[in-house]
Amino acid sequence: MQDPATGHLATQATSSFIEHLQRSRPELLPFSQTLPAGQIPPVPHATTIVALSYPGGVLMAGDRRATMGNVIASRHIEKVFPADEYSVLGIAGTAGLAIDITRLFQVELEHYEKIEGTLLSLDGKANRLGAMIRGNLPMAMQGLAVIPLFAGFDQAAGVGRLFSYDVTGGRYEELEHHSVGSGSVFARGALKKLWRPNLTEGDAVAVAVEALYDAADDDSATGGPDPVRQLWPVVYTVNRAGARRVPERELAAIAGSIVESRAVAGREA
Amino acid sequence: MTQQFYVSPEQLMKDRADFARKGIARGRSVVVISCADGIALVAENPSPSLHKIGEIYDKIAFAAVGKYNEFESLRQAGVRYADVRGYSYDREDVTARGLASVYAQSLGAVFTAEQKPFEVELAVAEVGHTQAGDHLYRLTFDGSIADENGFVVMGGLAEQVAETVAGGWKADLNLAGALRLAVKALATDKEVDALPGTAVEAAVLDRSPESGRGSRRAFRRLRAEEITQLLAGEA
Repeated sequence: MQDPATGHLATQATSSFIEHLQRSRPELLPFSQTLPAGQIPPVPHATTIVALSYPGGVLMAGDRRATMGNVIASRHIEKVFPADEYSVLGIAGTAGLAIDITRLFQVELEHYEKIEGTLLSLDGKANRLGAMIRGNLPMAMQGLAVIPLFAGFDQAAGVGRLFSYDVTGGRYEELEHHSVGSGSVFARGALKKLWRPNLTEGDAVAVAVEALYDAADDDSATGGPDPVRQLWPVVYTVNRAGARRVPERELAAIAGSIVESRAVAGREA
Repeated sequence: MTQQFYVSPEQLMKDRADFARKGIARGRSVVVISCADGIALVAENPSPSLHKIGEIYDKIAFAAVGKYNEFESLRQAGVRYADVRGYSYDREDVTARGLASVYAQSLGAVFTAEQKPFEVELAVAEVGHTQAGDHLYRLTFDGSIADENGFVVMGGLAEQVAETVAGGWKADLNLAGALRLAVKALATDKEVDALPGTAVEAAVLDRSPESGRGSRRAFRRLRAEEITQLLAGEA
């Protein structure tokens, strides 16, 4: 705790948790480290995330696989997280850093809310995330890149919005749908065919799961639905009422019907 | 050359304590009550934006009386302390006891070392899964810390207000009951029977926010309409 006795508390006051850490505990930040020269050993990588909008909201889905070279590092990893009550983020890239950046971003938003007594605007949240990704640029240049996808409900405008990022922290608003990660090209192709305006929330969840299925079909680093271990993608929807995780049994039913319809069609793709 | 008069340490501390007490006595009271639904925090505060009650962490809330700038800086420092601790260890590792002892050290240091002591009194509340797991700490301007049972009353006419609360407090009060008791107690020195909902700032630490609202954050500020509604409802 800062010593209130010092008197210059007011000049030190910041609503940003990251700024506070930079001043008082820089060693806790996941980025802000200088790496020595040398080869980084293989580390787990998180893979495909898809996001799409529908009337009244936006949703994000991620598969459950992390890979380390040709090895499956995890079958259970979760890559989509609620950032706060009205936004979610998904991460692709170096899993260890990405999970810490997510945790830091969650605290950053909650910290602002508690200090200021009000929520940050959706654009404000998106910019904050961009600044964090830019902070990670030195690590990205060593091969430890983290690429997020951010989605939230804009309460002022009353619509769901979607933001993608590049490794330099550049922030781009996406329309309709977007995907990141190793399987993103294939998921993107599927989304182009499956997405249509006026999807209901239920249809939108099915579209996202099917896009991930197509990504898993062609990308070895993306995991498909796993009925043996009962593993399904992680899906969050965000609408006026806030962020909600889609329950497992709904996803099991959706994944089941996708596999069934593909089996019935009996075609190569 | 001007010469400093000798002042005995006893006198010095007494003067500082009197000064702080006078400052706090001018303020309006705050009541924190542990009840069956959680912990209710109620303050007499006509301003809808300058809060005396605030969220610190998942299950921890803060209430204060005295000078706004002083307790606001303490509140912000508390939020920073809790967030750093929760981020570097785990969310579970942030406790009201840890926060209260840091507050006690800060207040104690200011009381002895600074030009003037802080004219504030703080309460730190942590809600548990059962009422036995609730923690209420009361901190005074000189850094003394007290672990209170059931309820905390602070501020100008704390003794009178506390008498009313003690008279009506039962462990199995629900939120509406606790709120009514607090509002009745806060009106002890007024001509009116009870304060209107708009003159009261209230918040609650829900006992089980995960099942109720799907959030791990127990703190919920009550809007003026909600307060009026709860006050009007039947017990």
